[in-house]
Amino acid sequence: MRRGLSVFNVTALALGLAFLYLPIVILVIYSFNASRLVTVWGGWSTRWYLALLSDNAMLEAAWISVRIAFLSATAATVLGTLAAVALVRGGRFRGRVVFSGLVYAPLVMPEIITGLALLLLFVAVDVERGFWTVTLAHATLTMCFVTVVVQSRLLSFDMSLEEAARDLGCPPLKAFFTVTLPLIFPAVAAGWMLAFTLSLDDLVIASFTTGPGSVTLPMRIYSEVRMGVKPEINAVSTIMIALVAIGVIVAAVVTKRGAIVRERATGDR
Amino acid sequence: MMDSPFNSRGRTWPRHAPGIDPGAKPLVRFDAVTKRFGGLAAVERLTLDIFDNEFIALLGPSGCGKSTLLRMLAGFEQPDEGRILLDGADIAGVPPHRRPVNMMFQSYALFPHMTVGGNVAFGLKQEDVPKAEIDGRVRDILKLVQLEGFDQRKPHQLSGGQRQRVALARALVKRPRVLLLDEPLSALDRKLREETRFELMELQHRIGLTFIMVTHDQDEAMAMSDRIGVMHQGRLVQVAPPAQIYERPNSRWVAGFVGDVNLIECQLVESGPTGSALECAGVGRLSIAQSVDAPPGSALCVALRPEKVDVASLPPDAADGSHFAGRVLDIGYLGDLSIYRIQLESGFVLKASAANRSRLAAARIARGDSVFVSWSSDAGVVLTQ
Repeated sequence: MRRGLSVFNVTALALGLAFLYLPIVILVIYSFNASRLVTVWGGWSTRWYLALLSDNAMLEAAWISVRIAFLSATAATVLGTLAAVALVRGGRFRGRVVFSGLVYAPLVMPEIITGLALLLLFVAVDVERGFWTVTLAHATLTMCFVTVVVQSRLLSFDMSLEEAARDLGCPPLKAFFTVTLPLIFPAVAAGWMLAFTLSLDDLVIASFTTGPGSVTLPMRIYSEVRMGVKPEINAVSTIMIALVAIGVIVAAVVTKRGAIVRERATGDR
Repeated sequence: MMDSPFNSRGRTWPRHAPGIDPGAKPLVRFDAVTKRFGGLAAVERLTLDIFDNEFIALLGPSGCGKSTLLRMLAGFEQPDEGRILLDGADIAGVPPHRRPVNMMFQSYALFPHMTVGGNVAFGLKQEDVPKAEIDGRVRDILKLVQLEGFDQRKPHQLSGGQRQRVALARALVKRPRVLLLDEPLSALDRKLREETRFELMELQHRIGLTFIMVTHDQDEAMAMSDRIGVMHQGRLVQVAPPAQIYERPNSRWVAGFVGDVNLIECQLVESGPTGSALECAGVGRLSIAQSVDAPPGSALCVALRPEKVDVASLPPDAADGSHFAGRVLDIGYLGDLSIYRIQLESGFVLKASAANRSRLAAARIARGDSVFVSWSSDAGVVLTQ
């Protein structure tokens, strides 16, 4: 099975990777640019990272973003896990197809529509838009991602484990928390991580649902860029790329490790 | 097995198989239980009494409803009709976690995130047993299943046989009234399975507990249990000790499912108090030492186990029983046994098996040889169903 790395394959791979990552690599490199001009290389420096530390507006936006991401990811994880349990365990309850369709709709729904719909809702019920409306909107957006991740884990979950717990004297709810939840936890954690990063970099829905005073980091960056790209933006973007990358990698590793442990547990039968 | 065909394994401790102690109260009673899945009956009007200290096996092909029966007793399924009584009380409304029965799952269902000790202690923690008592009972039960010193291991660090014993210990430590075993040995390889059979029997003997085992493996059911309930399409076809199931099956289906058999279709000629004569289209006239309660001319079936058929090169001189001439079609050599397929003069193909007691036995009769088959008058069983 040695397909090997033919010239064609290597070229295709290189071009593909370049297409995806060259812009990001350039951005990261220019974030260490000493020059004031974004397009002119003036040597290595970390001055824009230091400048960021004194940019209060930017720091505040980052802090708001992190808090929104944390809260919305947590809410999405709870709701998304419950939805996954209902979809996998509920058997053929009435409206199961409709329910799963509704859960997955945000995956494919254009963000601008979700954003607009949420805006209309918040206006209709007349809540003050700001921190909490963005949090709520992000929880709605990211819940389906958690459901997808947790559901795929639950499908491979040996139901007899939970039955064994009940057989040994454990009431159903406690059996779920002491046996099922710890075992599917890697998937739940991965779902949380995914929701966190999705919330962190969302611009469209946040723009629709926020109010004065609650500007998230992507919104802040976007408004700054409109006045012309400052080198500080490159620095803050690099930090965000690092955060999101770490989040995605941790989620992947946690899921993968869970799978390996599971394989070992049931492997040599 | 032949000496006392209906007294299984010559056990000496009290047993309450029906007919031996008619006054015994059943520990578990399935009373006309029906369970349907989507309109299809998995278990149909099934009635069965199970007694204290009994080892009963529910035997049947997959999909016969035996696992459903077990899951209803454990509480994971509710019967649609009928009642399940435990110690005389209906357990319909009792959820699984309050039933004094424990189950050993086919996959063992050990909790992979807990140690062996944690797995075994799990059930006791749910009962709020004091910590010191839990430790003692866990230690004792691990000793019983020969897993001393394994309490800190995780399930994935154990071999298949060790996992099976942890699953057993985890169920037994709760001191249930009944232990349910769902295909307990199916995940083990062949050698280990045979050893574990004896361990399980020995354990059941020692702790004196009612075991209900579900299996599709007839050897397992025959070797281990006091009684076998043979199930087919949601019904109990026959419930009897293993030797009776084998030697006195009550229907063509049981005879064919348990062990190998020749089924010979016959018509009853006459029946007396000690025996009967039958005319078998493909074979000839048979005399069987069994009284048949049917009018002459009824269509019946004679079940004849291959090992009860003698194969010889010379005509047998025995006056009792039946003998016919035939030709060897082929021989299946299995080492300990040889299976002969013999075509009788009438065209009927009969299976016979013989133990290869001498090293040259297999060479004595060869394919294509003319042989004589014979069996005694008590070898065959007349089946009316």
